[in-house]
Amino acid sequence: MELSDSVAVAQARAGDSGAFRVLVERHSRNLFRLAYRMTGHQQDAEDVVQETFLRAYRQLSKFDDRASFGTWLFRIAANCSLDLIRARKRRNAQTEAPAVEGAPDPMQSLPDQAPTPDRLAMSGEVERKVAAVLGDLSEMERTAFVLRHYEGMCIDDIGRTLGVQPNAAKHSIFRAVQKLRRALEPLVSSAS
Amino acid sequence: MNHLTEEQFVLYYYGEGDGSPAVRAHLDACEACRAEYAGLQRVLNVVDSAPVPERGADYGAQVWNRLQPTLRWDRPGGLSWWPVRLWPAPRWAAAALVATLLVAAFLAGRYYPKAPGAQTANAGQVRERILLVAVGDHLERSQTVLLELVNAQPGQSLDVASERERAGDLVAENRLYRQTAARTGDTRVASVLDDLEPVLLEIAHGPDRLTPEAVENLRQRIEGDGILFKVRVVGSTVRHRQESQENAASPSGPGTGQSKL
Repeated sequence: MELSDSVAVAQARAGDSGAFRVLVERHSRNLFRLAYRMTGHQQDAEDVVQETFLRAYRQLSKFDDRASFGTWLFRIAANCSLDLIRARKRRNAQTEAPAVEGAPDPMQSLPDQAPTPDRLAMSGEVERKVAAVLGDLSEMERTAFVLRHYEGMCIDDIGRTLGVQPNAAKHSIFRAVQKLRRALEPLVSSAS
Repeated sequence: MNHLTEEQFVLYYYGEGDGSPAVRAHLDACEACRAEYAGLQRVLNVVDSAPVPERGADYGAQVWNRLQPTLRWDRPGGLSWWPVRLWPAPRWAAAALVATLLVAAFLAGRYYPKAPGAQTANAGQVRERILLVAVGDHLERSQTVLLELVNAQPGQSLDVASERERAGDLVAENRLYRQTAARTGDTRVASVLDDLEPVLLEIAHGPDRLTPEAVENLRQRIEGDGILFKVRVVGSTVRHRQESQENAASPSGPGTGQSKL
């Protein structure tokens, strides 16, 4: 019979590495998906998955049995992803030229000319643009949007994950949707 | 009639909020809002199309294989606080270890028993295995030093005399391994060692007792640049590779392919 998460957690806490292995094998793919959506890089996503389980292992005694283990892991993975994104930004900031005051919003620098529907289908232009817009969202907007849109997490849980009030999480999602819409609507309209 | 707001559209799309029946009724009655909502749906449906690289059914097992060597389950009834072996080696021991490993690697390359035609591959693999052990241990010990600083009590000064001494030993090893990694084309290991070196230098050249501000600065540097994170992840990967090499070298092992450091 398949071990439930709560039983596996209890056994892992008692020192059963096999039970922790069950949890790792069960949740790795979902965590990879989340981490990839958050970081946009395969190798970073792999690192986040591994770091998430390391942190989970160290904090297993703090896990509240009443909560969902999967949601708890997502929270850790989201935070690991944010740590990585921040480190990457800092590193990029050190190597790139400083931004010029009054420079245009990166969102505005996306191509104005909408490609034809044929080209859209052929080139994956939309996919690239989606990735570009997601990359330009703030950390909070991106995390909240990824958790809501791709992972189907409710706003209350997103607030808990991010350590903010549900209202703040909700507004982050609104802003993310607004930005996506502003950038993608011309493309989508021309393709439809 | 008041039209729906953008926020109402978004909440409705995600099935959040308690006004769904009212929103539904409005959409049924209002063509302008229906068109607006259709636009939102189109955009969000397109966002769904952004692909995620597929991971196979055995991905969880792969993650476990990389993770498992870094975890300890030797305390019945509970987990060890930190999943790596703490090894506060004295200066002479660290220096002796590096020297021994390098001599061993050299001798292994010269005298490893060989089958005709397999000489170069075998000697190369032995050298790699020995270096993997050394780099894995180096990253573990570096991690221990970094953790002492990251986990220090905020707002208090910290006696780092022993960490200073260990960092001094680690700097010399770090240089050696970084150069080797760069030479063998292992950019990932080389890069993490490159990031690690300035921090180790800063600790090694600092005072024995750090002020609360100096502790905080170091902590921010270690955490901010993600150094601890990278050391941990690369250390775990190195250990995994070391295991794979050992498996490949066993009599029933799969092959003799060359790998990076």
